[in-house]
Amino acid sequence: MAYSDKVVDHYTNPRNIGTLDKSKTNVGTGLVGAPECGDVMRLQIEVNHETGIIEDAKFKTFGCGSAIASSSLATEWLKGKSIDEALSIDNMEIVEELALPPVKIHCSVLAEDAIRSAINDYRAKNGLEPIESEKTHF
Amino acid sequence: MLKLPIYLDNNATTQVDPRVFEAMTPYFLEAYGNAASKSHPFGWKSEEAVDYAREQIAALIGSSEKEIIFTSGATESNNLAIKGVFEMYASKGNHIITLSTEHKAVLDTCKHLEKMGAEVTYLSVAEDGLIAVDAIAAAIKPNTILVTVMYGNNELGVLQPIREIGALCKERGVLFHTDATQAVGKIPVDVLADHIDLMSFTAHKMYGPKGVGALYVRRKNPRVKVTAQMDGGGHERGMRSGTLNVPGIVGFGKACEIARLEMAEESARLMVMRDRLETELLKLEESYLNGNKEHRLPHTSNISFKYVEGEGLMMGIKDVAVSSGSACTSASLEPSYVLKSLGLDDELAHSSLRFGLGRFTTDEEIDYTIKLVSEAVNKLRDMSPLWEMFKEGIDLKSIEWSEH
Ligand SMILES: Cc1ncc(COP(=O)(O)O)c(C=O)c1O
Ligand code: FES
Repeated sequence: MAYSDKVVDHYTNPRNIGTLDKSKTNVGTGLVGAPECGDVMRLQIEVNHETGIIEDAKFKTFGCGSAIASSSLATEWLKGKSIDEALSIDNMEIVEELALPPVKIHCSVLAEDAIRSAINDYRAKNGLEPIESEKTHF
Repeated sequence: MLKLPIYLDNNATTQVDPRVFEAMTPYFLEAYGNAASKSHPFGWKSEEAVDYAREQIAALIGSSEKEIIFTSGATESNNLAIKGVFEMYASKGNHIITLSTEHKAVLDTCKHLEKMGAEVTYLSVAEDGLIAVDAIAAAIKPNTILVTVMYGNNELGVLQPIREIGALCKERGVLFHTDATQAVGKIPVDVLADHIDLMSFTAHKMYGPKGVGALYVRRKNPRVKVTAQMDGGGHERGMRSGTLNVPGIVGFGKACEIARLEMAEESARLMVMRDRLETELLKLEESYLNGNKEHRLPHTSNISFKYVEGEGLMMGIKDVAVSSGSACTSASLEPSYVLKSLGLDDELAHSSLRFGLGRFTTDEEIDYTIKLVSEAVNKLRDMSPLWEMFKEGIDLKSIEWSEH
């Protein structure tokens, strides 16, 4: 199976690889997946308390090329978004943007999960309720 | 000049040797007769070619040419051997012994037979991929009719103690089949010395064409028979009907002849290259060899690069064609069952690459591969959260993972 040009681009030049200081209250960390499943994604956001805007986003991913590309793309999309806007990112948008084939949809689901998990971590740190996903993936 | 991409997946299939290709060509356009046509020179010519190939093949494995049954490949040979014995020897018993690391063509055939009333024992291998002969001895029961154990494993390259297993089976009066697909043509295989009763092998793993293989069926001491799995014209001593694939068989014969003459030199050369590749790659931190290091095919190496996912890694070395035990390469999301059978952590199974060198592999290609793989592993570790945790001394097992 050949990868789309966009997957190759993100894989070859991943955006925003790295680590944010997870002890900071304005940093939310999402760690999803499991080593046994062959994919682990860590996505972090740094939020401006005043404006509620995500000012920085970083990722590290253990997984296939599509998982790396999905998380790289997610960090690109997150920067400059408000938390609410970030929550509205749907995995199918990632699938479309990267032209992922059906067997790779779960890589995009993982990225969406990572976004939610990072946001909830940020909310928890700041005394807010976690936001439940009303979506179920199959 | 280095030509890209580089092919290091010779356990999956091999390039046809140009000498093999050349030997085959007349049998498409000129000598295209049906080897079963007894009444004209077209048929005679083809029959002669098939007979000659049978001799070339028999010479490689130390059998008589009468003991070679042509098939479409090792999958069919495995099916014919196992199902054929199960049916032919039904009055003697219904128990079959095999390994959990066999190729699917053996495992799924056994599963199929379980539905037909067979009792199958799937023995686990040790951490190094090998089975102890004692474990097989202990599993043999009065109703055991067949032991089927592969010669060389396709993923790991490990070589089972075939000669000892053969001797055991002979002593206990149980038939012994081996899937020798990966071994024939690569290392010396002698059906008599190894006490093999039935043996599957295929042309396309030894620089011959795809779609042609053979089942060796012993004719003497004991005389073995298998029930045909397809009904038809009764070709191949009634065991496998169907018009013979003459060009394929001619190519298979030529491939066997070349292997017989060049194997010693070739395997020594490949082993040097393989060992160099392996030694260099194992210098990378947290990389591990899978399978027994000594009892192994000379051209295969299976290595896990911990904290890097196999498919992601293959994408990073896309100019080198290899295969991975990673789940991401399959639709099932399960990592390789062979690596899991070794008791490997799923993580390590996900992180493996199999390198299969071959007749046309060059030193230059090995140099390039070492460099590319090392760079890709380092790059992917820089973006691996697991590597970061490992470096920080965090025990990955202590983390509650959100499995999905
Ligand atoms: C050990 C083993 N057995 C059987 C097969 C199947 O061979 P064929 O492709 O000729 O059916 C293969 C090749 O994939 C193999 O490696
Ligand atoms: S991470 Fe396994 S298929 Fe993408």
